[in-house]
Amino acid sequence: MSQITLRNVSKRFGDIVIIPGLDLVIEDGEFVVFVGPSGCGKSTLLRLIAGLEDVSGGTISIDGKDCTNTPPAQRGLAMVFQSYALYPHMSVRQNIGFPLKMAGQDKATIDRKVAGAAATLNLTDYLDRRPRELSGGQRQRVAIGRAIVREPKGFLFDEPLSNLDAALRVNMRLEISELHQQLKTTMIYVTHDQVEAMTMADKIVVLNRGRVEQVGSPLELYRRPANLFVAGFIGSPKMNFLTGAAAGSHGAATIGVRPEHLRISKESGALRGVAGVAEHLGSDTFVHVKLDDGSIITARGTGEYPVEHGDTVWLTPEEGRTYRFDQQGAVIG
Amino acid sequence: MARAVSTKTKIGWTVVVWAVALVIFFPILYTIITSFKTEQEAIQGFSLIPSGTVENYVTVQTQRDYFKPFMNSVIISVGSTLLGVIIAVPAAWAMAFSPTRRTKDILMWMLSTKMMPAAAVLVPIYLIFLRAGLLDSRIGVTIMLMLVNLPIIVWMLYTYFREIPGEILEASRMDGASLWNELVYVLTPMAIPGIASTLLLNIILAWNEAFWTIQLTTTNAAPLTAFIATFSSPQGLFWAKLSAASTLAIAPILIMGWFSQKQLVRGLTFGAVK
Repeated sequence: MSQITLRNVSKRFGDIVIIPGLDLVIEDGEFVVFVGPSGCGKSTLLRLIAGLEDVSGGTISIDGKDCTNTPPAQRGLAMVFQSYALYPHMSVRQNIGFPLKMAGQDKATIDRKVAGAAATLNLTDYLDRRPRELSGGQRQRVAIGRAIVREPKGFLFDEPLSNLDAALRVNMRLEISELHQQLKTTMIYVTHDQVEAMTMADKIVVLNRGRVEQVGSPLELYRRPANLFVAGFIGSPKMNFLTGAAAGSHGAATIGVRPEHLRISKESGALRGVAGVAEHLGSDTFVHVKLDDGSIITARGTGEYPVEHGDTVWLTPEEGRTYRFDQQGAVIG
Repeated sequence: MARAVSTKTKIGWTVVVWAVALVIFFPILYTIITSFKTEQEAIQGFSLIPSGTVENYVTVQTQRDYFKPFMNSVIISVGSTLLGVIIAVPAAWAMAFSPTRRTKDILMWMLSTKMMPAAAVLVPIYLIFLRAGLLDSRIGVTIMLMLVNLPIIVWMLYTYFREIPGEILEASRMDGASLWNELVYVLTPMAIPGIASTLLLNIILAWNEAFWTIQLTTTNAAPLTAFIATFSSPQGLFWAKLSAASTLAIAPILIMGWFSQKQLVRGLTFGAVK
């Protein structure tokens, strides 16, 4: 069980500042997702917590104990890497048992714990195989097995699903969430995929250029984004932004409306435009509309909405679902 | 789609390749043939049919004691290679996994020492060996050949280590492996094919090294290369005996190379194709 606290943590590589100074508290048992575009410093932050990189300033403590200069192995955290990082010359059994062997546990204990982890992850039939004889999903499960077997205080996941195909990714996402429900251990998960963040997290930390843009539960971030960056990053398809006269009439520099908060009509509405490409998904229809002022926005029609390329359509934002932003991009009101 | 090649073209190329291989191998073949001739036959002119005498081999062993330089060659080549690998593993490991801005420069500098003609440093090295009492000693030659081949050993190991993903080493650190355990359980098993071909290649290089061994040894520490050179004596060349000695000198390394050719080719082309 562990609470992880970061106080004014910064990281520089030479003259390049990756993280300028950041405070964050991760509560015991929480599933926290670090999300942001590539190069935002989310993986670096995870590696600082792991101890694989040294901080340039600030402190990291786990359960109130300062761990800033503690080597990775002694922090009691386990990590799952994007490339799985399995030991190619060892069998699945040896891979999962490796942390226990390093901890000097006896063979009987190792065998028992490896068998337990393998059963949890459906790997029992593969224990004597080498990593190269496994599929991507199985490899990732071995990597997770290697992490859970030592009963760590917390798990660190560095984009663990990015090497898997789409269908497998959805499955593994569920498996990891299920694992968190079972173990109730602190988990920190890094991803650039906002769908993973929304579906798995108790708490999302949105990062941009090494700074925390906003911290909150998935729905908090969805309902009350603090600024343009978070508003644009959370939600799929992304929020529409309008500037100029349309924004001015709301007393803002920019206004934002999510595609799902726009009502489409062929007769009347607040904004007029011409339908461009319509994406028919069956459950939803996403229509890309070119407004009279030239801006292109996306609207969601429920179900199989009948619209053709070139149709004139009217869009009306739902009451109270329009976000206003000032010159600096911060939300107003 | 593979290119279609007619049988005629195939046969043509096969003949060409065999011809080229024969030209390259011919000096060695002719040395072996000559070693079975008498001295008389050997100087008479070109002939591919020897009388088949083994007298030269007997002479080489009984009069000049082939076994001693052979043992010197073994000790010097294996010793210098092992010593080199022991020094090079930590060096290559550091450069591969904790590179600095100067790592590339250091590697280039190490390689550049191989571009310098050895004769340029002969006098200073000779004087150092003279003062240190290392002339004609096995330990001196072993150290010298280790130094000569060290850049190649470091380069080869560096290339192999670079192929090992850093995340695997980080994973082992997260799993609680100490530096020692990381080297023993993770890095070394993964690098064994690379270390093996480095060992093989450098034993061959050290075995064949002639410049320094001839300059720095006389009798006690002379390996086979220096031994062969003694056959060109002021009394004239003994072609047949020289050939017998040469055959004996190259035989062990040829046999070793034959059995390990797969490993050697893999080692030399490592990283070139994936």
